[in-house]
Amino acid sequence: MSLPSVVPPPPTDEGALTAEQQRYYAASQWQLIWWRLRKHRLAMVACWVLMALYAMIPFVEFVSPYAVRSRHQDSVYFPPQRIHFFHDGEFLGPFVYGHTMTINMENLRREYQEDRSRRYRVRLLVRGEPYRMWGAFPSDLHLFGVEEGGTLFLLGTDRLGRDMLSRTIYGARISLTVGLLGITVSFVLALILGGLSGYRGGWVDIAIQRLIEVIRAFPELPLWMALSAALPPRLDPILVYVGITVILGVIEWTGLARSVRGKLLAVREEDFVTGAILVGASTAYVIRKHLLPAFTSHLIVSATLSIPRMILGETALSFLGLGLRPPITSWGVLLSEAQNINAVALYPWLLLPVGMVVLTILSFNFFGDGLRDAADPYA
Amino acid sequence: MLRYVIYRLLLMIPTLLLISLVTFTIIELPPGTYLDSLISELRASGETADLQKVEFLRKQYGLDQPVWVQYWRWLSGLLQGDLGYSFEYDRPVSAIIGEHLAMTMVISIAAILFTWMVALPIGVYSATHKYSGADHGLTLLSFMGLAMPDFLLALVLMFVAFSVFGVSVGGLFSPEMQAAPWGWAKILDLLKHLWLPVLVIGGSSTAAMIRRLRANLLDELKKPYVVTARAKGVPPWRLLIKYPLRIAFNPFISDIGNLLPHVISGSVIVSIVLSLPTTGPVLLRALRTQDMHLAGSFLMLLALLAVIGVLVSDLALAMLDPRIRQGGGRSR
Repeated sequence: MSLPSVVPPPPTDEGALTAEQQRYYAASQWQLIWWRLRKHRLAMVACWVLMALYAMIPFVEFVSPYAVRSRHQDSVYFPPQRIHFFHDGEFLGPFVYGHTMTINMENLRREYQEDRSRRYRVRLLVRGEPYRMWGAFPSDLHLFGVEEGGTLFLLGTDRLGRDMLSRTIYGARISLTVGLLGITVSFVLALILGGLSGYRGGWVDIAIQRLIEVIRAFPELPLWMALSAALPPRLDPILVYVGITVILGVIEWTGLARSVRGKLLAVREEDFVTGAILVGASTAYVIRKHLLPAFTSHLIVSATLSIPRMILGETALSFLGLGLRPPITSWGVLLSEAQNINAVALYPWLLLPVGMVVLTILSFNFFGDGLRDAADPYA
Repeated sequence: MLRYVIYRLLLMIPTLLLISLVTFTIIELPPGTYLDSLISELRASGETADLQKVEFLRKQYGLDQPVWVQYWRWLSGLLQGDLGYSFEYDRPVSAIIGEHLAMTMVISIAAILFTWMVALPIGVYSATHKYSGADHGLTLLSFMGLAMPDFLLALVLMFVAFSVFGVSVGGLFSPEMQAAPWGWAKILDLLKHLWLPVLVIGGSSTAAMIRRLRANLLDELKKPYVVTARAKGVPPWRLLIKYPLRIAFNPFISDIGNLLPHVISGSVIVSIVLSLPTTGPVLLRALRTQDMHLAGSFLMLLALLAVIGVLVSDLALAMLDPRIRQGGGRSR
């Protein structure tokens, strides 16, 4: 179906409408946005990636091959393992080779050799390390894993022999939700303060605008750093997590508040709003029924585009050691172990979580960009 | 014009006051100070000479006074050029700040120049060759540049340089140049090291600038005056440079205000990754050890840099565009 890029002239004759046109004219705003978004290939791909990532969050225990804290003492700094399909030219299905470890007596580094005589099949839905699903249901079923006796470290292991892939998957739970919680905080702040500023005007407006200006004058990252340094060091990890999301939200709301105010000021002057006020609609009714729907789509777009900034903010803070700290596993925490260039040079797979961060950020940006194009269905 | 300059300068005063208040509040948030732990440490080791000095500093900066007195002393000190005392480095803050802040500015300005120099030709090319293969490629590249987090890029580049070329790209000077006096050799050495942080920090703003320049120029190129000029036979290059480009140029200047906080932000974390001698690593350390005067004054000066950036860009815009200076002010 091809949608006209400008609104076609209103039909003069009801009977002349094709079924397609009727559908177009009868469609709600959200339907139109969805139709346009669907045509944006890159945005749709990004949308699927994001949905897959977020769908994974409740089931990380099941999806990851190992438990997040389990250490494999005899596989410290194990390089990423390859899954093989053929052994001596014979197709065996997915399997990994066993390995033996020797310590190089010259530089005291562990070296791993592939032991081609031992083969372990990689299977879907295997029994592995026990865990408690959502902290309640005991289970040991994993989405994929390796036969008893073998190891499966697709992204290698870290200095304690913890599987990087499992840690990255667990880290997604924290890193991805930081953005959502942070945006909720800044959304609420922006709606209240931006709304007040735009609807009330006068000195309230001036005061709020000044405040926004001051916050925006600060370079973002140093301000985040200073605020998270103010969190007490011995705080409960969960509270640190909440604290960081609040800090991210408290700084990020200004941009959103500005667009709320700008949109409110524009819509407030529209004829249909004046009309509603003249026939006696209450303020709350006007805001709910006439003002909010007029710019919800714009708000959602701005929100989508600020989520990646918050995810990056968390990653940067944790990377610097000012954000989340080790019992919690987030991508920033994982990357903080890659801060030392010497460690990275020896064990480059420690950098692999960067890929996940970039994938997420890119997806959010592409999706938000497509959404922005689609949000104005009449344009 | 003079009236406008004065107006803008006056407007800066309340903003800066508020900024100083916010800075001070944040710095005061964590309980305890560096001095407290220092004193208990000194007491334990029984060193009285240092203890007296600490007591003197405590008096001098009013650390035993209520918070608002401390704020007043810090603020009036700032106004007189006394940025406070770093208890960790045991030196006045101004002695530490000078060099680091200068390096931050060198990197920031270099990053902005880089942004302009790269964004201008690419943006113009993208707009004049709209939807060509190169335009699509450049668009994709600039989206990638926008999305790639700068400190992660620095980390990856550093790894690549280290493992492929076998060079360590951290720092701003070679080890043998570290302590050398300033001269041509040292400046050349600085330039040799500067390209990586500048590339990393300027990358994302370059991408944004290309997008904006392209969009602006495309809008202008559609206008009737361009069609008229072309119909009258003005050569394409002259036409492009004479009018549309000049108008599309506005964001280059008006964006310094947005660019500067962004660039400073980027330089802080990239400096930490690449261990550059700028404000970044010092600020991080000061925040960790609660060296409050150092952290506070750094934060304040970074914000001041950004505010001045906005002022400069507004003044430059006012010079370019008479509508702005006659309106008395532009709400940003």
